[in-house]
Amino acid sequence: MRHSLILGTTLALTLGAVSAASAATLDEVKARGTLKCGSNPGLAGFAAPDANGVWHGFDVDVCYALAAAIFGDPAKVEFTPLSGETRFTALASGEVDVLVRNSTWTFSRDVDLKLDFVGVNYYDGQGFIVSKDLGVTSAKELDGATVCIQTGTTTELNLADFFKANGMSYQPVPIQTEAEARQQFLAGACDSYTTDASGLAAVRATYPNPENYIILPEIISKEPLGPAVRHGDNQWGDIVRWTFNALVEAEELGVTKDNLDEMKNSDNPEIRRLLGVEGNLGGMFGLSPDWAYNAIKANGNYGEIFAATIGEGTPSNLARGLNAQWKDGGLMYSPPFR
Amino acid sequence: MANQAMPFSRSEMLPPEPPPGSAVGVVGWLRANLFSSIGNSILTILALALIWLVLSHVWPWLAHAVWNADSYAQCRQIIADTWGPDAGGACLAVIRERWKQFMFGFYPIEAYWRPTLAFILMFVALAPILFSALPRKMLWFSLIFPGLAYWLLWGGSIFVPIVIYAGFAAGWLGFHLGARASAAFVAPLLAAVFALVWWFFIASPLINLLPDIGLMPVQSKQFGGFMLSVTIGVTGIAFSLPLGVLLALGRRSDLVFVKAICVGFIEFIRGVPLIALLLVASFLLNIFMPPGTNFDIILRVIIMVTLFSAAYMAEVIRGGLAALPRGQYEGADALGLNFWQATRLVIMPQALKISIPGIVNTFIGLFKDTTLVAIIGLLDPIGLITSIRANAAWNGMVWELYGFVAVLFFVCCFGMSKYSQYLERKLRTDHR
Repeated sequence: MRHSLILGTTLALTLGAVSAASAATLDEVKARGTLKCGSNPGLAGFAAPDANGVWHGFDVDVCYALAAAIFGDPAKVEFTPLSGETRFTALASGEVDVLVRNSTWTFSRDVDLKLDFVGVNYYDGQGFIVSKDLGVTSAKELDGATVCIQTGTTTELNLADFFKANGMSYQPVPIQTEAEARQQFLAGACDSYTTDASGLAAVRATYPNPENYIILPEIISKEPLGPAVRHGDNQWGDIVRWTFNALVEAEELGVTKDNLDEMKNSDNPEIRRLLGVEGNLGGMFGLSPDWAYNAIKANGNYGEIFAATIGEGTPSNLARGLNAQWKDGGLMYSPPFR
Repeated sequence: MANQAMPFSRSEMLPPEPPPGSAVGVVGWLRANLFSSIGNSILTILALALIWLVLSHVWPWLAHAVWNADSYAQCRQIIADTWGPDAGGACLAVIRERWKQFMFGFYPIEAYWRPTLAFILMFVALAPILFSALPRKMLWFSLIFPGLAYWLLWGGSIFVPIVIYAGFAAGWLGFHLGARASAAFVAPLLAAVFALVWWFFIASPLINLLPDIGLMPVQSKQFGGFMLSVTIGVTGIAFSLPLGVLLALGRRSDLVFVKAICVGFIEFIRGVPLIALLLVASFLLNIFMPPGTNFDIILRVIIMVTLFSAAYMAEVIRGGLAALPRGQYEGADALGLNFWQATRLVIMPQALKISIPGIVNTFIGLFKDTTLVAIIGLLDPIGLITSIRANAAWNGMVWELYGFVAVLFFVCCFGMSKYSQYLERKLRTDHR
């Protein structure tokens, strides 16, 4: 009895200490001098280190912008590569300050895992790739097919839902990594490979004969991918949320990396507030007035980041689609900066 | 006509006839070894067919290898231009471009000499342990080496390893003070107390007092590639053997408490997968430690890997201890040796000798298990492959990268295996 009491007290103290620590993530980050960002160890277009160890990609650019917003220097960020299984534990245990690792925002992750998804930086969906020889033109014709599927991801559950809803059967071939999927699919061990549509085009481009494979038109799920932070530190959550919003807002207002300094002299009050020329929005959450200016300066606005990492012309070759600005029929919509 | 005079016997031996052509040279060897019976012949032909099958695929692939290209697509283009559209070939340009990353991870380029020097010095430190012909004085360097290697790899103040080493001196002092006591357990106990007091209460303030002279510090995050595997593997190997010896002795001890702890530890570790321990090291420890502590991730992994293989090592050595005839123990006792003397001079040399194959087996297993750290996000060679494949230029590569890492590990593990065979021959463990 006494032992369990001591144990319980210790546990309570430890947990209390943890939540106390998470209440001041910004102070911790500032004291440390670097931002710790959880990233994918390697996902084409989204996150990968180059030969010199510098990380590039759509997701890691959000981290660069965040580091720039906090420190005025995008280089003050450390990347912690995380696997699909360990990413949320790493965030919860304080191993990283923010997780930008193409993670789908779902109810249970947000509520049950005690995370806060602060926005959506890419609206994805799940698609299928098949060989032309299979003679299939729609996912609805895949009855009885063998499907290569990455375990431990939401795609696995979506696949089950989709086939169940359409009254079809399938044979799953569980795989761990994209490398494994590639070998299995090209060797014909599965009729189809399913993953986020953002990955399929890039994957297809690397096959020996890309023209022999087609991506089926159906997108069977909603996969809003976004940066996540721990529950309980709203100030920190606000910083990540609004830094990302600043990138989106900058694109809407036509503020780019190149015209950033000219735009400081703009007459548009929205731009002046965003760039910290007028008012002090940054001061409200403990950053300098020009935090958004620095964030945009890191790698440009949302559209510029998209075009440079995964947009048309890059190997991923993705159209803006749902990720276009709301004015262009997409879903990227930043609340006003005032 | 002398021949006719002596018809009955020869005066000289006939020169030996050469053996029949079918029993010497290549043909003879083939007949004796490969085609001695019908069954053997069939197996030989099957084996040859298999070798041919593998070679006929692998050889052209290697022969068409491209070393100079900027991307996988360019590699394919070069191979298609040179060898025809259907030819396959290895795109080894990726190894060429990422060679440094495979070796050093993200270690700062201007400091590459540090891990390289540590790696070379490692062989100097290992030499007197591995080869008994070398002067014994070299062992002093082997003792200094771990601290030196730590300082070279992580940088920082030179006084950190020196002060930590001073803890061993404190322990040695405690041992000598305790050795005067009659009870045998006093000496090691006092040694442990002295050393721990030094490390936990004196070392840290002392380091803060001393000037900060040393190398540029390098963070564990920047470690990667083969250097990371070697660091974890070699440290684990170096510490798991002594720890394993202690655990094996503890398990056979008559002291109930010591025995219970050792048995409990060994059985717990053997009952839990290494991956689970690594995940604990990576994430759970962080939750239970006071906030703000930054317990180095590589250090955590090294501790877990060492504990893991120490438990296996203990069982291997216990096997060696059990195989020793009882007379050896009794003989040592009859000579009047106390427990530590008997263990050091009589029991352990023989027990370790018997255990060599098992010990090396555990070493090789440990070294290969270091690739599991890819799961917790450390970029060892396997972890780096994921990162390299995600690069637009090299997206889609499989064989070249995994094959390269396999060759790297094969060279190291095969070397260890060969050394253990040399040691076994030298110590002749078979006719003891």
